[in-house]
Amino acid sequence: MAVDKFPVEAGHVMMFARSIGDANQIYYDQDYAEKSEPGAIVAPPTFVQASAQFDPDYFLRPKIGQEWFGSAKGPTGITQREGSGGGGAAGGIGAGLHAEQRYEYHRQLMVGDVLKATNKPGETWEKEGRRGGKLTFSESITEYHDENGELVITATSVGVRTERPATSGD
Amino acid sequence: MALKASEIKVGDTYSEEVCNNLSRTQIVQYAGASGDYNPLHSDELFTTEIAGYPSVFAHGMLSMGMTGKMLTNFVGDGRLSQYGVRFTSQVFPGATLTAEATISALREEDGVQFADIDISTTDGEGTQVIKGTATARIDP
Repeated sequence: MAVDKFPVEAGHVMMFARSIGDANQIYYDQDYAEKSEPGAIVAPPTFVQASAQFDPDYFLRPKIGQEWFGSAKGPTGITQREGSGGGGAAGGIGAGLHAEQRYEYHRQLMVGDVLKATNKPGETWEKEGRRGGKLTFSESITEYHDENGELVITATSVGVRTERPATSGD
Repeated sequence: MALKASEIKVGDTYSEEVCNNLSRTQIVQYAGASGDYNPLHSDELFTTEIAGYPSVFAHGMLSMGMTGKMLTNFVGDGRLSQYGVRFTSQVFPGATLTAEATISALREEDGVQFADIDISTTDGEGTQVIKGTATARIDP
């Protein structure tokens, strides 16, 4: 994902660490962190995923005044048009599923860093799946640079689109 | 805290239970912290009736994050140079996951010592949900 300004904030790091069930003091306790080897509150290894919060167009976040494909009164908040066949809302999951994720750490990410994320496509390939029909994999590479232009983390995400829900029995 | 080359060998393992009876609320907590509000992870009605899955399921990145906790507890904070995984099976509410690291190689690069690590996270039924690798800088 492309993000102009991703400030790595202490409260956000604390919330993120809680959400992955990680009680490590280095993610919230300034005094502890200062005496640790990194010397500051650091971000957990998968934290840059939360840069989505700072992407104004991130499509998996409801936007003010726009229809949301998750349920509301009915099973989807997308208004169905007459004769549209009813499958329209499933298009919301068109991003497919996350198949792989890799991170290269060029230096430790710390609270106080402000990152800029730039994105480029990687490879695309196809495979015949056992349950989901034809699988299409595509790679997306995100580079996170700090304010000095130094590369901090390279993230490679592989998404997969399936013809059918991958866990269905048929 | 950090691993020492003199104290570890290839084949050494470390494991941790990284979640027990995974709650839907923790999945919601991850959605809020990460910013990924895909209804497949929190909205049972949408997920079963529109998307056609049997139930909501955890973000792959939540499983990777929980597995990362085991990894940083093993190698120490600020020591990873690489961490990558494949999501081999979906994780549903109620899952109990155990993440395991196995040292696959010890090597030196430009005078710095590194440990290469194989990673596997499995659920209570023994199904692997994450398969991956990591590299950590270690002390002599």
